[in-house]
Amino acid sequence: MAQFQPLFSLENQNLLTAVQAVGPIHDGPALPAGDWRRSGKPFFFHLLGRIGNAQIGPIYLGGLGVASLVFGTLAFNIIGFNMLASVDWNPLQLLRQLFWLALEPPPPSYGLSIPPLADGGWWLVVGFLLTLSIILWWARTYRRARQMGMGTHVAWAFAAAIWLYLVCGFFRPIMMGSWSEAVPFGIFPHLDWVSAISLRYGNLFYNPFHALSIVFLYGSVLLFAMHGATILAVSRFGGEREIEQIVDRGTASERAALFWRWTMGFNASMESIHRWAWWFAVLTPLVGGIGILLTGTVVDNWYLWSQKHHVVPSYPAVWPVTVDPALLTSVKP
Amino acid sequence: MGFKARLLALLAAGLAASLLAGCERPPIVTTQGGFRGNGMEQNINPRTEAVKVALNRAPEAAAPASPDGPKAGDIYKNVQVLGHLSVAEFSRNMAAITQWVAPQEGCAYCHNVLNFADESKYTKVVARRMLQMTQTLNSDWKQHNGATGVTCYTCHRGNPVPQQVWFKPGDRKYAANSLMGNLASQNIASTAVGLSSLPNDIFTPYLLDAKPIRVNGNEALRMTGAANNNASTKQAEFTYGLMIHFSNSLGVNCTHCHNAQAVQSWAISPPTRSTAWYGIRMVRAMNNDYIVPLTDTFPANRLGVKGDVAKVNCATCHQGVNKPLYGAAMAKDHPELLAAYKGGSLPAPLAEAMRAVMYFNTSSAALEGEQAKGMAQLVASMAANPAATVTISGYHSASGEVAANQELAKQRAIAVRDSLVAGGVATERVLLEKPVQAESNLAGEDPAARRVEVTVK
Repeated sequence: MAQFQPLFSLENQNLLTAVQAVGPIHDGPALPAGDWRRSGKPFFFHLLGRIGNAQIGPIYLGGLGVASLVFGTLAFNIIGFNMLASVDWNPLQLLRQLFWLALEPPPPSYGLSIPPLADGGWWLVVGFLLTLSIILWWARTYRRARQMGMGTHVAWAFAAAIWLYLVCGFFRPIMMGSWSEAVPFGIFPHLDWVSAISLRYGNLFYNPFHALSIVFLYGSVLLFAMHGATILAVSRFGGEREIEQIVDRGTASERAALFWRWTMGFNASMESIHRWAWWFAVLTPLVGGIGILLTGTVVDNWYLWSQKHHVVPSYPAVWPVTVDPALLTSVKP
Repeated sequence: MGFKARLLALLAAGLAASLLAGCERPPIVTTQGGFRGNGMEQNINPRTEAVKVALNRAPEAAAPASPDGPKAGDIYKNVQVLGHLSVAEFSRNMAAITQWVAPQEGCAYCHNVLNFADESKYTKVVARRMLQMTQTLNSDWKQHNGATGVTCYTCHRGNPVPQQVWFKPGDRKYAANSLMGNLASQNIASTAVGLSSLPNDIFTPYLLDAKPIRVNGNEALRMTGAANNNASTKQAEFTYGLMIHFSNSLGVNCTHCHNAQAVQSWAISPPTRSTAWYGIRMVRAMNNDYIVPLTDTFPANRLGVKGDVAKVNCATCHQGVNKPLYGAAMAKDHPELLAAYKGGSLPAPLAEAMRAVMYFNTSSAALEGEQAKGMAQLVASMAANPAATVTISGYHSASGEVAANQELAKQRAIAVRDSLVAGGVATERVLLEKPVQAESNLAGEDPAARRVEVTVK
């Protein structure tokens, strides 16, 4: 048994990096011919060292990174200027109403045609620029991983998120035959869109892919908490050195495994827990995207669809059945 | 705890406090409405509720007046609506109206005190029409008002103009011909929709015009069934905005009228939804039949930026409370407001808005068959009301080229105008108006969309 230590001292919970090992600043391995140089002179930042690595930089931008930033900045500025114009060029109102403002997709009457700039055209331009920027950044994560001799897991996880982004803003609008079905660029407006699409298509709660997506989302959170907590709890035995423990299983790893086996009879291993986490995270937008793609294109009302497939429970009535007044004769219109 | 840890704790507390600053202070009392586990709940904060209770008290009614004695119509001149009352009843009613509507201003707010029969004050003309409206609300709209009924006080609360009314929103400074910054009738903090960024002119399409509010279909799968539902997500946002107005005006949650399982299903909705359905029609009728026709009666300073009259919505009566004045049955103490007097000769109602819709074939702007007959009726009614004007708006389906479609919609409106002018209606009595965006269907042909809407006022 480990020596019992005072429970609620911040230091002993190991929630912040207590000791920062500060070595000489390093640039990382030399890059092969044809690559750009890394930019920025690296330096130490103590406060960031408390939650991560204290060395900041150098950063590798590369052709893909620069192109991505250029297109991303363009998109960001077009959105910003449209927002500024929508408050009649008043910078104070821009700050005040920032969360409400948006760049809205074209109205439904335009279908999939190219609308004038003022009537949703800017939305199409921004959609193109932002998508280009995101895909270039994706290629960058792929290339940097390859350059480090790593696997491309980060890139494919990012691709899962891009899938959901493209479903909402590109694939589904095309299948619906109208750009207007896409998401506006704006903080509250895109949340209103989320509520509206659920209300329009008979409650996304009854969309099984939406349900699966939530399972994976909440599952990701649960797994993250379980894994993080387990590793912090065995850090006093060197558990933070996870990778070493995969190869040379030490007491930290054994204790963590035993803890879960005693608690719930089964434990993930030092390697497999990361696969669990990766798949849960990746499946969240993957299945969510399938659910959105089916909404409106195949299924018009998820509540009625679920009722048809006997998934909707019926509850005892607590009030008399309400009749739709529009179906009654002799009523005012 | 070390200094740094204390500093961190302080920072964390400060952050938490600033995050919570926008929240409503507890307690929240939750009442279960439907079957357990359904989320059919109403949330009420007793602290804010107490404030509302104090603000929404009905005044005491004066002792009933004797119905005996001479009739007001025989004693006073120019008593058009309440002439059948006894002088005592009539005086009691006038005193009550003064207390409800113009307690500070007194009789002189509506009357020329040197000659009470005089019609020179616009307020008197408006008040008379509002009396008739109140009678109609109590006699014809029982599905919404129940036995409780309404009085002038339900809306006015001691104010000459009810505090919660609506006008059409004004134009933005740089909106016209601007290349950027199209708000698409939404995306700005608006109290009309509870400070959400939902479409904010929700009153014009639904409480003045009768645009379709329902966006849900009755089929599980798309493109099946007889009634193919073509409503867009943007249309759902307009409906959502209107529902937020309901929720805010009545101080209730969505679940007051809707089942959280499926908002569209009537079978599982609380009966309150039916009351609300009639409420929408009632407010529409109040605006179109009584209030808008008074537009020219009001002086310019009472009109909105668009020159429109102050109109009614749910908040005008409800003022944040589920049942206005917490259901106080004021109207029963004022029998003269319960129904229009049918015996006497009441003045003809002011010109009321009349609507007609002409439908067109695909890609056509020609009035054919039934529609041509409808035009003949329209021409006849215009001839019968020489003061009436007509507003025409053209619409089109979503399939095909937008520019061509918009031109087609315009040509359809022009076809109706030309037909009216050919029938002898003066050109200046016919206005063309570009329709609002609220009712916007998705791509595809829709026979109901190929139309011209005509409003006669």
